[in-house]
Amino acid sequence: MENITYEAKDFKKGQPRWCPGCGDHFFLASLQKAMAEIGVAPHNTAVISGIGCSSRLPHYMATYGMNTIHGRAAAIATGCKIANPKLTVWQISGDGDGLAIGGNHFIHANRRNIDLNMILLNNRIYGLTKGQYSPTSPRGFVSKSSPYGTVEDPFRPAELCFGARGHFFARAVATDAAGTVEILKAAQAHKGASVCEILQNCVIFNDGTHASVYKPEERKKNAIYLKHGQPMIFGENNEFGLVQDGFNLKVVKIGENGITEKDILVHDAHCEDNTLQLKLALMEGPDFPIALGVIRDVEAPTYNDAVEAQIAEVSEKKKYHNFQELLMTNDTWEVK
Amino acid sequence: MTDNKQNVTSVDNIAVRFTGDSGDGMQLAGNIFSTISATVGNDISTFPDYPADIRAPQGSLTGVSGFQVHIGAEKVLTPGDKCDVLIAMNPAALKTQYKFCTSRSIIIVDTDSFKENDLKKAEFQTNDPFEEMGIKNEVIAAPITSMCVEALKDSGLDFKSSVRCKNMFALGLVCWLFDRNVPYAEEMLRQKFAKKPEIAEANIKVLNAGYDYGHNTHASATTYRIESANATKQKGVFMDINGNKATAYGLIAAAEKAGLKLYLGSYPITPATDVLHELSKHKSLGVTTVQCEDEIAGCASAVGAAFGGALACTSTSGPGICLKSEAMNLAVIMELPIVVLDVQRGGPATGLPTKSEQTDLLQVLFGRNGESPMPVLAAASPTDCFDMAYMACKIALEHMTPVVLMTDAYVANGSAAWKLPKLEEYPAIKPPYVTPDMKGSWAPYQRNADGVRYWAVPGTEGFTHILGGLEKDSKTGAISTNPENHNLMTHLRQEKIDKIQVPDVEVLGDKDDAELLIVGFGGTYGHLHAAMNEMKASGKKVALAHFKYINPLPKNTAEVLKKYKKVVVAEQNLGQFAGWLRMKVDNFVPFQFNEVKGQPFAVADLVKAFTEIYNK
Ligand code: SF4
Repeated sequence: MENITYEAKDFKKGQPRWCPGCGDHFFLASLQKAMAEIGVAPHNTAVISGIGCSSRLPHYMATYGMNTIHGRAAAIATGCKIANPKLTVWQISGDGDGLAIGGNHFIHANRRNIDLNMILLNNRIYGLTKGQYSPTSPRGFVSKSSPYGTVEDPFRPAELCFGARGHFFARAVATDAAGTVEILKAAQAHKGASVCEILQNCVIFNDGTHASVYKPEERKKNAIYLKHGQPMIFGENNEFGLVQDGFNLKVVKIGENGITEKDILVHDAHCEDNTLQLKLALMEGPDFPIALGVIRDVEAPTYNDAVEAQIAEVSEKKKYHNFQELLMTNDTWEVK
Repeated sequence: MTDNKQNVTSVDNIAVRFTGDSGDGMQLAGNIFSTISATVGNDISTFPDYPADIRAPQGSLTGVSGFQVHIGAEKVLTPGDKCDVLIAMNPAALKTQYKFCTSRSIIIVDTDSFKENDLKKAEFQTNDPFEEMGIKNEVIAAPITSMCVEALKDSGLDFKSSVRCKNMFALGLVCWLFDRNVPYAEEMLRQKFAKKPEIAEANIKVLNAGYDYGHNTHASATTYRIESANATKQKGVFMDINGNKATAYGLIAAAEKAGLKLYLGSYPITPATDVLHELSKHKSLGVTTVQCEDEIAGCASAVGAAFGGALACTSTSGPGICLKSEAMNLAVIMELPIVVLDVQRGGPATGLPTKSEQTDLLQVLFGRNGESPMPVLAAASPTDCFDMAYMACKIALEHMTPVVLMTDAYVANGSAAWKLPKLEEYPAIKPPYVTPDMKGSWAPYQRNADGVRYWAVPGTEGFTHILGGLEKDSKTGAISTNPENHNLMTHLRQEKIDKIQVPDVEVLGDKDDAELLIVGFGGTYGHLHAAMNEMKASGKKVALAHFKYINPLPKNTAEVLKKYKKVVVAEQNLGQFAGWLRMKVDNFVPFQFNEVKGQPFAVADLVKAFTEIYNK
């Protein structure tokens, strides 16, 4: 590619208008930093969003972009990538945009494995419409549209992604720049649909929803950074680890009951079978740490590559390659 | 029928209706018959009538499939209201299709499938279906199945495969009746079954057996000759094409002319699916088709593909338009080119999936929130689908706008002889791309003299920008809620569409002194034209103005509509086009003819209704 190096500022445009302290600000900075490190030129990058607070993001990018309609970002990004496969396409959605109104497009983009970097900014609330519960709000959640608490269970994004046969799932906390940049770069490196769930705080309507992991000191206690090939160790002093217990995971303390580092599970993000990855992705406090980092990253043929390969293959076999030749493949007759 | 002398009568046009079980191969027989007629210079128009059920029980009333072929020495405008010959391969076909006969129609039946059991399946009460239905027509009753099997007894083909050839026996008989060229039909069969020569030869054998049967038994007292009118005959290379295929070809041709990749985002829906089928075959032309998760994604992905720089299309029918309207509206405000194909069917809701109507007009014109102007085109005939698809693409790309192309189940499935077009004779397609000198000063909603914004395709350096569903500042392209700006942008979007140049509407018939002007749009062209011809033949002064450009309307619309004493707008809805014209032309008060039966108009009904208006 081009021998030009980029800085985060090459991807910056305008003044974000999110509420002060909104998680989206942090994420935007990390995305721009990741893009600079990835090194794809702004004019070869398209950032496509739906509608919602987080979907304003493309307005602050010096790339090609679209801030489209509610829920359709994945479908629109799909068409864009297929039409113009050289582009690097990022899709930005919130939990309402991506999983409620856009749920169908979300699962099918994963199933098709189209090469999109799909960002899901999850604040478990509808912010732009001023505070209704979303499909990721926990049961019993009190909001303007559920004054007595919701009576429905939420989606867990990883479960949807895996259920749709997704091949890449990663998670980061919006305020954790290093962790975010790392998964964004991994998402770009992964060919195919890459889902990055960003735990994002909405200071206005759902403040503290990710409190257990939002600050570094809390993350130390309540989160585990998963790295492919590394043992699953966490805790303020790296004193805890995860082991398998029957079909379940179990938290153990290293040094207690004869447990040594060797007994701790080693993360395999490349494992085709997603059973263990799903268990990791679904871990919740207070009994378990919240998994961050790249949880699943498995190679698979991408839709866009397969489309191009099929065109090349069929072109080779067929004898007609333009409209006039196409006409002559039909039964014709001449009137003289 | 024992008379040895064979009468030969010359006719200038005939309609033959092939009907039987869906598995009886009636479409193929009809197809071959129309093509061999076209090769000798007759004009053709065909219309398939598919059964309502996909796999109805054999011999049942809901499983009957038909194929009507209308052949003429001169221009043939419709598949014909009625048929001159009905081939009914079983009692169910006779029962359901007899309504297409006149008292003079010849009926050909396969006596082998008119046994007691067959009659029961078709819900006949007696053993004489003709008596029971009061049929007094000339009937050629031939043991078609058994003669077909007999003809193939030495072929090595098993019984089931032999029986499958019986449609060719019927075809052979019809070829004899109308003095058609059997060797050409043989040629077509060899091509069709190129991979199974033994099947091809079996079919050919049965075809000849059918012909010989007619000849040897003098199955009908009279045979017919259709003259071919050499004077008016169009010369050139032709093929038989239906509307859906012609539409697909039009999109391919436009993409090639514009030098763009063709993208189709679609979701299966009757009667539009064949466009998806057709386009998905042509990978060697670089065509990309995506069968999306839903109608919404079909259109949304087309919007994405347009942004990405492709000629982007989405195909559907009315129910799909409901779902696509959101993304169509996005393309309006983002000013991106997409072509939306609406193959209309009966509605509302699921309505009549396989039947034809013109009831989506107001939906495509107005069925979106906000002021959302969109060009609308409507194809007049199966072959016209090609030209109109091409023009829809040209308008979309050159004016940076979504365009709706309306066809309907009738033109989509109907077919006619089509003179192969030469792409170099079609107008160039030149999208308003940004040019390098605009770098630095360009903004996304900067417009050219036609009020069209420029197209900067991602990947082009120096033109990064954002589009979106929110209103934008007319100069900077940034989000704007400024009242003056919104007012301005609303006008700019409307003016852009109003400025599109479309050809004048042509007046056919007695254009100088007509007492009655017939007005229609889209797929009713053939029937309205045929009705006009009939009225003129009886000495009436009648003209026809048939519209293919609906929005914007041709510049001469008001002039044409105001010129004649009486005007009747005839359409397959409750007056949507009449309403649109009244909105656009001051003091225009037409008569109306509205019929929503899911069937093509019957020319006879039109003539009757128009004559009443004429005599008022
Ligand atoms: S409402 Fe919430 S999500 Fe929206 S910008 Fe404000 S803090 Fe962010």
